[in-house]
Amino acid sequence: MTNNWVDIKNADVVFVMGGNPAEAHPCGFKWVIEAKLKNKAKLIVVDPRFTRTAAVADIYAQIRPGADIAVLGGIIHFLLTNDKIQHEYVRHYTNAPFLVNPDFKFDEGLFSGYNQEKRNYDKSTWGYQLDKDGYAKIDPSMQDPQCVLQQLKKHYARYTPEMVESVSGIPRAQFLKICETVATTSAPNRVMTNLYALGWTQHTTGSQMIRTMALIQLLLGNMGLPGGGMNALRGHSNIQGLTDLGVMSHLLPGYIGLPTEGEPDLKTFLEKRTPKPLRPGQMNFVQNTPKWMVSLLKAWYGKAATKENDFGYDWLPKNDKPYDIMAAFELMHQGKMNGYFCQGFNPLASVPDKAKLNQALAKLKFLVTIDPLSTETASFWKNAGELNDVDPSKIQTEVFRLPSGCFAEEDGSLTNSGRWLQWHWKGAEPPGEARSDIEVMAAIFLKVRELYQKEGGVLPEPVLNLNWPYRIPAAPSAEEIARETNGVALADIPDPKDPTKFLAREGEQLATFAHLQADGTTACGNWIYCGSWTQAGNMMARRDPADPTGLGVTPSWAWNWPVNRRILYNRASADPAGKPWDGKRKYLAWTGKKWGGADVPDMRPDAAPEEAVGPFIMNAEGVARLFAPAMAEGPFPEHYEPFETPLDKNPLSPKEPRAISNPAARLYKGDRERLGTSKDFPYVATTYRLTEHFHFWTKHTRISAVLQPEMFVEIGEGLAQEKGIRQGDTVLVKSKRGQIKVKAMVTKRIQTLTIAGKKVHTVGIPIHWGFEGQAKSGPIANTLTPFVGDANIQTPEFKAFLVDVVKAGSDRA
Amino acid sequence: MALQSLDVKNRSATNFEGPSARSTLEVAKLIDVSRCIGCKACQAACMEWNDLRAPVGSNQGFYTNPPDLDDQTWTLMRFYEENIEGSLQWLILKDGCLHCTDPGCLKACPSPGAIVQYSNGIVDFHQEQCIGCGYCVSGCPFNVPRIRKEDSKAYKCTLCSDRVSVGLEPACVKTCPTGAIHFGSKEEMVFQAQGRLADLADRGFKNAAVYDPKGVGGTHVVFVLPHGDKPELYGLPRAPSVSPLVSLWRSGFARTVGVITMVGVAIAGVLHYMRHGPLEVPDEKKEA
Repeated sequence: MTNNWVDIKNADVVFVMGGNPAEAHPCGFKWVIEAKLKNKAKLIVVDPRFTRTAAVADIYAQIRPGADIAVLGGIIHFLLTNDKIQHEYVRHYTNAPFLVNPDFKFDEGLFSGYNQEKRNYDKSTWGYQLDKDGYAKIDPSMQDPQCVLQQLKKHYARYTPEMVESVSGIPRAQFLKICETVATTSAPNRVMTNLYALGWTQHTTGSQMIRTMALIQLLLGNMGLPGGGMNALRGHSNIQGLTDLGVMSHLLPGYIGLPTEGEPDLKTFLEKRTPKPLRPGQMNFVQNTPKWMVSLLKAWYGKAATKENDFGYDWLPKNDKPYDIMAAFELMHQGKMNGYFCQGFNPLASVPDKAKLNQALAKLKFLVTIDPLSTETASFWKNAGELNDVDPSKIQTEVFRLPSGCFAEEDGSLTNSGRWLQWHWKGAEPPGEARSDIEVMAAIFLKVRELYQKEGGVLPEPVLNLNWPYRIPAAPSAEEIARETNGVALADIPDPKDPTKFLAREGEQLATFAHLQADGTTACGNWIYCGSWTQAGNMMARRDPADPTGLGVTPSWAWNWPVNRRILYNRASADPAGKPWDGKRKYLAWTGKKWGGADVPDMRPDAAPEEAVGPFIMNAEGVARLFAPAMAEGPFPEHYEPFETPLDKNPLSPKEPRAISNPAARLYKGDRERLGTSKDFPYVATTYRLTEHFHFWTKHTRISAVLQPEMFVEIGEGLAQEKGIRQGDTVLVKSKRGQIKVKAMVTKRIQTLTIAGKKVHTVGIPIHWGFEGQAKSGPIANTLTPFVGDANIQTPEFKAFLVDVVKAGSDRA
Repeated sequence: MALQSLDVKNRSATNFEGPSARSTLEVAKLIDVSRCIGCKACQAACMEWNDLRAPVGSNQGFYTNPPDLDDQTWTLMRFYEENIEGSLQWLILKDGCLHCTDPGCLKACPSPGAIVQYSNGIVDFHQEQCIGCGYCVSGCPFNVPRIRKEDSKAYKCTLCSDRVSVGLEPACVKTCPTGAIHFGSKEEMVFQAQGRLADLADRGFKNAAVYDPKGVGGTHVVFVLPHGDKPELYGLPRAPSVSPLVSLWRSGFARTVGVITMVGVAIAGVLHYMRHGPLEVPDEKKEA
């Protein structure tokens, strides 16, 4: 979230698309209800099904799964052609006036520089026109045909209401009603928030779906304002913490990229990762990367990290290729990955194409699971009839199950969607032989270190030099780790503004990442968490609900990264002169000497408005990007069909067969053959979660099992009639990759759509069942899903694929 | 025995004057259907607080699970799909006891003290007095009480009388994440409910209404219904009332008639004896 849960109450319009918060985030959804009650907010819901969120919506529209960019692009088209944009905001806070390289081209779904063989782009033409100092050229009038705004207009000219209707199935009148409601927030005193979740991320164009909405929010001037923003509703209580801490195959803590083979030493790494400003006078905050990186290395390798040895940079792994979850299972499937540690993760249920996963896991020499529950992954070798039809005698994988505690059985912090770090205290001891995850990992580490100490080995340094300063080495406490993550001064840190003072004395907890140093005198496990445990103590444990401004800003409740800032980019809540756009939402203002208001300013505190320092301080431009060359499949989001589509061409680029689906998405050999066509699999399927369950955990609890006992699929009355399926009948749902046998729920909440003149049925498949737990055993939904992911981040396409549905017993095959 | 603050006002099958030393606040639960997202947190909380565990059932093709109220399910989220004036609505209602001011169950109950009504309005079943006759089931205009097969006792929502008696709100109210369920004085709840109607009318629900049916003297669970003109779409009776037979059954008139009948039968018996003498068993041998 750029904003936070409570802030939703400040919205005038709540736009929910790519998510179903009433179902998946019922507690957070209270703030939507609050906005409706206190603010008379309108709730818009766009979803392939009439969901629980739709049940309380003011406007609902049913969309074909995967048509999101067509709809959102249509909204952009509407805003631009009807002049419903916040002009001042767009001019000053986005790259709309920036001039684009004249060689940048787009035609029939492909941008300039496409390499079909590699399925990627040479991005050399995707850039700005630079002046002699290396700064981007701009046209403040935004009339130059090469400026981003004009290019944007050109790009979305094809996204007419008629096209939107044809691609998405949303009737033109309904679509225009949505556009008009959205457009009301282009006024400076009206704000719209967007709530999304996995309904966008889990597409092969997922990152771009989110970006398209971000473009809308920027054009409307809704970013950085209370009640606005792009708000990702995270799927686990601490999944935000997971990404923040860099538990990803390509990241270090604090979103610093993991080094690659092309970055053999620290100097090269830092040069590549530290951008130069693209406009004069901008903060370009990422230029501080050396401070963050060196402090991280000091936290990890302690005294062993010195200036002479690049602070231990050599000991970090260097990526030679992607190791995301899809890549890992592909390697396993090829027999190239022999051992797998699976901590708090149930991939057999959570990763697409179960049959492929079963084969992959069976090729492992060993599998270690660390989990409080008995997962399907830990039992992948067990025959469970048609739910897991394997032959245990043929599987040689050795499985080690290490029982861990659950979140309520340990102290620690959880980082919520709104970036709040909230400390929690253990409620009970883990049962039986279970130990906390920290203890399990510590035991493994200490044993491995002992083996290296005794027996030596190749490259022992990363293990032997790892800083392990905990009072009880076998049981580091959550407090110790939290203090280490915050960071500490390793020497006296003088105050550059006043040599008689110190920012921190040696051994003190650091107050803010502004105090981090690149010379090894500070250690910090995660720069964005710096400030969470200061000399004053554990900021995450604070529980003062006081909201002095009434805008939902509670500065003494827990701690918000970064630097306790509750809304990111909040400088944009004021106009270029430093005056709040909206009198009733006074969030931040220039007081004459400094920035002040409800929140911690996202701006150098003394940057006067005349200096024109842009509010998007993490970008080298200082402004937000409507045109973003960093994206894999193009600087402007473009609609591509899901990899399994009911259409034989992309309606937006009908002449280009290479642009039917995302031209830059990775597809492994063997997986292409496992994609089905609409001839054999005529219906569009989408998977999702139910409020009664949490992923694959709560099928282990009795109450959740009572509330939603058995796997089912939802089909519309139209399809049910065609197939003679009645409420509660058992049906077979088949994709190219497998089939599941389930009960049918026949519903009015899924209507038959007309897409490009063709009748299209949608099939809804909830995911929560498996062959372990208290609920009725049921098929794993990912038996059906395709092994292909988003082009930028490889999140699998769980939300749009093709199936066939037949009544069980009537199946002659 | 009732808890300290729960003065008993009415007691099944008992001629009874409630204590009058204290006046108790009449309470009510407000369920604002327009704020409800059907998440079933209330249903889970009810199971947890009351230690109820229905068996893990099966899916019959509906979101409503278990399929009906039962002795382990005292509140149940019911889901209805309706096309109303061309627009699809997913109507979700938290079903359970409405705690009528004029409770049909209590009137129908023949077992003294098995059903009580507290002065705060809560209607409670005391299972130790219950004889399992099922009259409360037929007496209820909302089809709420359920007889447990294993012990032949009737069960239903208690409005968490145990929590209310110590100043807590019912478990479902405490849990509701969207504030769709409120608890307070009946007066305040009805006032709050009325206050929602203007906003709903603004949003196109011109017939929004408060459901507090007069046929049962009003209820201590009141609803805000966006489609208030059609309560039956939510599974609620349009004009519930206690069946006149039930009223008759516990009325003074019925008792008088009953007593007269009993006395009449006794007199008739005596007269019959006087006129015809004892009834003799015919001698079987004679007949053969």
